[in-house]
Amino acid sequence: MTNQEYQIIAAKVRKGVVESTFHAKSGHPGGSLSCSDLLTYLYFEQMRVDPKNPKWEDRDRFVLSKGHCAPALYSVLALKGFFPEEELRNLRHVNALLQGHPDMKHIPGVDMSTGSLGQGISAAVGMALSAKLSGKDYRTYALLGDGEIEEGQVWEAAMFSAHHKLDNLCIMVDNNNLQIDGTLDEVCSSYPITDKFRAFGFHVIAIDGHSFDEIAAAFREAASTKGKPTAIIAKTIKGKGVSFMENQCSWHGAAPNQEQYETAMKDLDEILKGLEA
Amino acid sequence: MSELKKIATRESYGNALKELGETCENLVVLDADLAKATKTEIFKKAYPNRFIDCGIAECNMMGIAAGLASTGKVVFASSFAMFAAGRAFEQVRNSICYPNLNVKIAATHGGISVGEDGASHQCNEDFALMRSIPNMVVLSPSDDVEAKAAVKAAYDHEGPVYLRFGRLAVPVINDNANYHFELGKGITLREGNDASIIATGLMVSEALTAADTLAKEGIQVRVINIHTIKPIDEDILLKAAKETKFLLTAEEHNVLGGLGDEVSRVVCENHPTKVVRVGVEDKFGMSGPAAELLKIYGLSAEHIIEKIKENIG
Repeated sequence: MTNQEYQIIAAKVRKGVVESTFHAKSGHPGGSLSCSDLLTYLYFEQMRVDPKNPKWEDRDRFVLSKGHCAPALYSVLALKGFFPEEELRNLRHVNALLQGHPDMKHIPGVDMSTGSLGQGISAAVGMALSAKLSGKDYRTYALLGDGEIEEGQVWEAAMFSAHHKLDNLCIMVDNNNLQIDGTLDEVCSSYPITDKFRAFGFHVIAIDGHSFDEIAAAFREAASTKGKPTAIIAKTIKGKGVSFMENQCSWHGAAPNQEQYETAMKDLDEILKGLEA
Repeated sequence: MSELKKIATRESYGNALKELGETCENLVVLDADLAKATKTEIFKKAYPNRFIDCGIAECNMMGIAAGLASTGKVVFASSFAMFAAGRAFEQVRNSICYPNLNVKIAATHGGISVGEDGASHQCNEDFALMRSIPNMVVLSPSDDVEAKAAVKAAYDHEGPVYLRFGRLAVPVINDNANYHFELGKGITLREGNDASIIATGLMVSEALTAADTLAKEGIQVRVINIHTIKPIDEDILLKAAKETKFLLTAEEHNVLGGLGDEVSRVVCENHPTKVVRVGVEDKFGMSGPAAELLKIYGLSAEHIIEKIKENIG
């Protein structure tokens, strides 16, 4: 696939994020939009998955450790064909398939239930460890927030994965620099992120999380790294693709109203039109 | 009772794991730097490749257990009750029980009989914490025989199970041909209609001693061993509520939130009956030899006898 094709899918993923959070009247669009490019590349290029056989034993695994960005994951899974796109409009509704945070028991394609920050990475480590114990060649990916890594459990998991040389594990940090109460520096800074993961024994790759060239190169490098886990620190823009949401802390956990929804969809349609032209 | 052989249920746990390991290829055992104390070391020595020491990081251990279980492994994750049920409570709830993963939380050093380490390590709250989580099964075996049976039953049960084992060597009371462990089923150990003692863990042995002493005085007390705190055997409790004057619960746990509360709930909802709760009276423990602490905190046959006499009218 070409970068342009990835960009087109990513724009559609973002439309799904806006669509689903608008209909849910709640949810987390900001961080979902910042990680849409990473998730697009993962599911449409990088990962060995089969939408027709979501529980395939030898599939690559993905854990959305920053579980509140479920709208992005759901949007990608729907576009990939794990479930009908119409489900996105029922996000967070009573008895809906799509829960507010990922639910592995019911949602095809979701490999781990997450939502409580800091926990998903440990489960991903367990999956990677299981592959090592069983001699399987699947890879495990996990996406964390840059605020999420303030949780101590993340570093317990990091220490463990380096100790066990889990080179089949690739974690990503969505470094959009904003958490609920402000910028990382205003709240309780997790910087320097690259140095921290390096000190914990990771192979660290810093990239622009919206550049498909850099995303592709990073995953290639991760796959060829032996003897240690990889951490991709992706610099991103919270709210990416929707003009009025970009770099706005307030869009962490708020849904667009009717007017904002229309503006957001117009923004994304224009991006799509530009790409498809 | 004094002639009975004594074995700590943590020892039984380690031995049962080793036995399971022979046939169960998918079994993985995790510990958090306490393998010598939790006795998972017995398994580690036999199957080093299926034993993972997670270091002093219980929360991460529970998450790793969840990840392993999601790929088809059956995981026993061990630490002291304080850290397994207490520190890692939320990981157990969100990463294991919510997705209903096949992880067994095997907690040793439950209750006040931890002894000299004192209050910080004496977990009298684990039943309360664990039984409040949906999908969780809570087991509290009374001796060596039952502990081994509980480990096998936990392995066979698909889904999360919390098992509570003790540090202190306790009398082997179930070593007979008729013994049969069925998850969710209580066991009547003594018949009697004057009162019923509903006991769990090491208090079962105390209950038997109490019943035998009372029998000599002409008081016939029923003794029911509840090894499964959740799901509780409502039938055996309601039968006792109907046939005996009152129920006395005995557990090495806070009287709040454990067996006493569960038994009270069952009878209140179905057949209101007086329930007297023997347990730790909502306070922290302290350092000292286990046997002495059990007496000081009222976890003894003597205290049960006193309470039975006080309430029998």
